[in-house]
Amino acid sequence: MIANYGYKDGSGEYYISIDTDKCIDCAAERACLTACPKQMFEIIEDDYDDQVAWIKKPNCRTLSYDCADCKPSSGYTTLPCITACTPGAIKHSW
Amino acid sequence: MNAEVNAPTAPEKKEFWRWQESVWVDETKDWKTAKIVTCGIDVGSVSSQAVLVIDGELYGFNSMRTGNNSPDSATNALAGIMDKCGMKQEDIHFVVGTGYGRVNVPFADKAITEIACHARGANYMGGNGVRTILDMGGQDCKAIHCDEKGKVTNFLMNDKCAAGTGRGMEVISDLMQIPIAELGPRSFDVDVEPEAVSSVCVVFAKSEALGLLKAGYTKNKVIAAYCQAMAERVVSLLERIGVEEGFFITGGIAKNPGVVKRIEKLLGIKAMETKVDSQIAGALGAALFGYTLASKKAAAAAA
Amino acid sequence: MITAGIDMGSRSVKVVLLEELDVNGAPQLKYGVKKVHIMMPGDLDQDVSAEKAYDEALAAAGLKREDIAAVFATGAGRGQVAFAKEGVTEMTSGAKGAVFMFPAARTVVDVGAEEGRGMKTDAEGKAIDFAGNEKCAAGAGSFAEAMSRALQMTLKEFGDASLQSDKTIPMNAQCTVFAESEVVSLIHASTPKNDIAKAVLDAVASRVCAMVRRVGIEGEVVLIGGMVHNAGFVSSLKNAMGVDTISLPDMPEYISALGCAMIAAERQH
Repeated sequence: MIANYGYKDGSGEYYISIDTDKCIDCAAERACLTACPKQMFEIIEDDYDDQVAWIKKPNCRTLSYDCADCKPSSGYTTLPCITACTPGAIKHSW
Repeated sequence: MNAEVNAPTAPEKKEFWRWQESVWVDETKDWKTAKIVTCGIDVGSVSSQAVLVIDGELYGFNSMRTGNNSPDSATNALAGIMDKCGMKQEDIHFVVGTGYGRVNVPFADKAITEIACHARGANYMGGNGVRTILDMGGQDCKAIHCDEKGKVTNFLMNDKCAAGTGRGMEVISDLMQIPIAELGPRSFDVDVEPEAVSSVCVVFAKSEALGLLKAGYTKNKVIAAYCQAMAERVVSLLERIGVEEGFFITGGIAKNPGVVKRIEKLLGIKAMETKVDSQIAGALGAALFGYTLASKKAAAAAA
Repeated sequence: MITAGIDMGSRSVKVVLLEELDVNGAPQLKYGVKKVHIMMPGDLDQDVSAEKAYDEALAAAGLKREDIAAVFATGAGRGQVAFAKEGVTEMTSGAKGAVFMFPAARTVVDVGAEEGRGMKTDAEGKAIDFAGNEKCAAGAGSFAEAMSRALQMTLKEFGDASLQSDKTIPMNAQCTVFAESEVVSLIHASTPKNDIAKAVLDAVASRVCAMVRRVGIEGEVVLIGGMVHNAGFVSSLKNAMGVDTISLPDMPEYISALGCAMIAAERQH
């Protein structure tokens, strides 16, 4: 399952998508949890009883602000969450 | 404590945004002869539904406006339908809560997200050909892609912004002083189809709508421009998860042809028809999940 | 030489007439005549409002249209000002005006009725970088205005009320429409008005601050635009940005019109 967390508003589209099939048996030992400087990732049990990561609810409405520090204009060339997720489950839409 | 603040009391005025509440029971069935009775409760931000499923088949539902708190709304929704068919709470084997207030359903055996429930409900209502589901709720908008079993394969939910939600439509209905159920039909009663209002934001769309009225647009034409904007917005959400044939719309706005017809036109796909009230999809899905879980439990007990 | 700058905002038209004087051989600028015309939603067409505000400004200064060397327009509706010779962006005019008022200003924050933005400027008042959101009401004055209405307060009272609170209540809703319901539930829960006001202004400030951070905070920080009049917002913004002082011009809503008139003067040389 592809789970998209985020929103679209007047200023643009901001989604972090998580491919839960790649996330279930995490090969990176849940590195996303500590990689994100804002600690936005969390492990939950989803509706199909799988243990997967999601984005904490309040962050889903503020992604454009929350991720601003990691985006290229602030010096990062790669995003910490995407780098940490070696199975490649995490994607950003913007 | 500084508690002298009183909520502004609503003056006696017509509530144009108010939509119809409803109760329905399938009179051809008898729950007393059923093996398993399950219930799904969907406590949304705006509306709450209770759906009864007997032996995996839809039996009845109650749809009403959500009150001040989730537990009461859940209780009232369930009481409404139980009264109608003379059922007591102990007659129900399994209750699943879903929706925004799902963790606050006091008598629920399990809580499941509305994403999974809508997919399951749509799969029942529209059959196993359903692939793309759009749920336009009161305060959010969900785009879901599912497989032939009604299992979610891709989804997104937008609850950050009122644009593209029922709440956004209620704002316009109030602004235009037109009952919400009339918005759709009125939006087609225009000389030429106007362009969509340019503002995505509901707050800005409101000022834009007033400007259009001033510029000589009829109310119907302003409504049409707003419906078009709403359609364009939800279509962009659907495109993110990928649109496939077998398109099903759930939630309150499914009842607004002004938005639905425009979405169909933009996508070039017709939405599937259903005889059942589109607003109950989430609660129905929850009740069906309840049926699966209750069956497993019964099988385990028998073994 | 006299030039005019017209700032066509979403809610109001601001006009500044600027005279360039020659004092002992050194050119000096004198501004002072200003005129504002508030537009209501669905009011007169924007071009009519601009004409009206401009004529009133000229009349107040005892000038005629032919006395003005050049009229430039700025703001979201600058394209509507038919009699303007040129249009400049709000970023260009806002940075120019802010640096004129505060020469050390390098970070300019502009919060008006329907938009909020952050700009980085050089010593000449030239905008180098900016970030803003013009398409969502959440990061602008209208968010605070809608919430003050729910509390049955004016925006000014709302700002003053927030200064009386030291509580930090997070607002969950980002959208203005949803936040209205959230404020109503806070009222129902007997939350003191002061605390609600602070929660709302903190929320706007944090969004504005996030935009400013995208361009970086450096040098003197100046706030322009109508929200300067809201003391509660200024205080919330200071906290959010983590700065001790934010410079506030005395005629904050006219800074863009002033900058615009200055650019008009420069381009006549």
